[in-house]
Amino acid sequence: MFKKFGIILITTFALTLNVYAASDGELILKKNEPSQVKDCFEKLNRGTFAFNQALDGLIFKPVSSVYKKLPSPIKTGVSNSLDNLSNLVTIPNNILQGDFNLAGVNSGRFLINSTLGILGLVDVAEYVGMVEYEKEDYGQSLAKSGVGPGCYIVLPILGPSTARDTIASAANFLGGDAWYNVTVKNDTQYFSEVDYYSSRATSGIDFRAKNFDSIENLEKNSLDFYASVKSLYLQDRQQKILNFNKTVNTQDDSDWEEIQN
Amino acid sequence: MKNKKILIFLLIYLISFTKVLSIEPDVFVQSTVNRASKLLSENISKKEKILKLKKIAKETVDIKGIGLYTLGSARKNLNEDQKKTYNDLFENYFLKSFSSRLAEYTNPEIDVFDKKILNENYTIVNSLLVAKGDRPEVKIDWRIYTKDPDNPLIRDLIIEGLSLARTQKEEFSSILNSNNGDLNSLFEVLKEFSQD
Repeated sequence: MFKKFGIILITTFALTLNVYAASDGELILKKNEPSQVKDCFEKLNRGTFAFNQALDGLIFKPVSSVYKKLPSPIKTGVSNSLDNLSNLVTIPNNILQGDFNLAGVNSGRFLINSTLGILGLVDVAEYVGMVEYEKEDYGQSLAKSGVGPGCYIVLPILGPSTARDTIASAANFLGGDAWYNVTVKNDTQYFSEVDYYSSRATSGIDFRAKNFDSIENLEKNSLDFYASVKSLYLQDRQQKILNFNKTVNTQDDSDWEEIQN
Repeated sequence: MKNKKILIFLLIYLISFTKVLSIEPDVFVQSTVNRASKLLSENISKKEKILKLKKIAKETVDIKGIGLYTLGSARKNLNEDQKKTYNDLFENYFLKSFSSRLAEYTNPEIDVFDKKILNENYTIVNSLLVAKGDRPEVKIDWRIYTKDPDNPLIRDLIIEGLSLARTQKEEFSSILNSNNGDLNSLFEVLKEFSQD
């Protein structure tokens, strides 16, 4: 009798949990739906976007076009070591999101790559078959806990963001980024502020170089480049928050269903 | 009795023949990308490539359907004349933007590896653009409209989770919003783009 009761209780509990998990995921998906994110400061955002474009034309584009020509092993090494540094923000966010297993995996990845991988230049963790690395940040952790994105914002130099993600990124400067702590915040004899800011600048150039042709192509073929960048950024953000690898999870089919030829 | 048998035989034959005619969405995507890939590796001018790519797109992409999707809720307010004007303008815009985007690639290798049937109208086909030189591997998913199984059509390309149709839709919506929903302003922008 008690056994049956116990089974019913466990089954009900498991089902309830499943329902909650599903509705949580759906709620987060809805909250971060790109078309629902308001562009409250569009005029200002468009102005900042134009400023960033000018800056890109003056600095980032020419520098990244030179960077693009560097031999592949150098670019891969730089990219790997930047990814390795980003573990220092990813690991606390794995913990904040309750993903303790992944936090352990990423800590192992950081240790292996920083030592055997010569300061992260070689992704040894990939060679030994560790799970694919996915960056996490404080904005993603806030979103996972149910905080909506708020208004869409274009930040000078840094580019597209949302109110939530901008506020969340302050955590990096309040002790949430170990790399910032040992370079800028605390005066250590091993690192200086230059190390932090140059790593951030290199990260920007690395991203620009990796997407050089795609960005050029998008700009050339867009009717409204600002709107295209906004849409792509918000779609990408939604995917990263939900860690969905399958396209079908983030695509809204309702609008497609109406189109019949 | 004999006539009945013949009729049954004929029906079975017809049904099986129809099944043979219908094209599986993944096979359709693979054959389309093979066609495009072969064309892009040909030693012909960019202009010729663009012309041939436009032909492939006309045969395999549901341009009209994408156009209506891209217009969002504004499509409900179109009268017949506007619908015709829009369809023509969109086709020109789409073909130009699509072909000039693709013409930049030389000999891309795309492997189709999976598919997921969403419902009788849609199947998502999963593929990978194989890494080459500096270019990393890219996940490309295709939304295939399968209402007519004999003639599947591409309705969207989703690159690393980012939908091109959705991006285009938000772009059009932005143009309409900044012009108080005036469709003629959108038509002008489309016309200007195609003339450049």
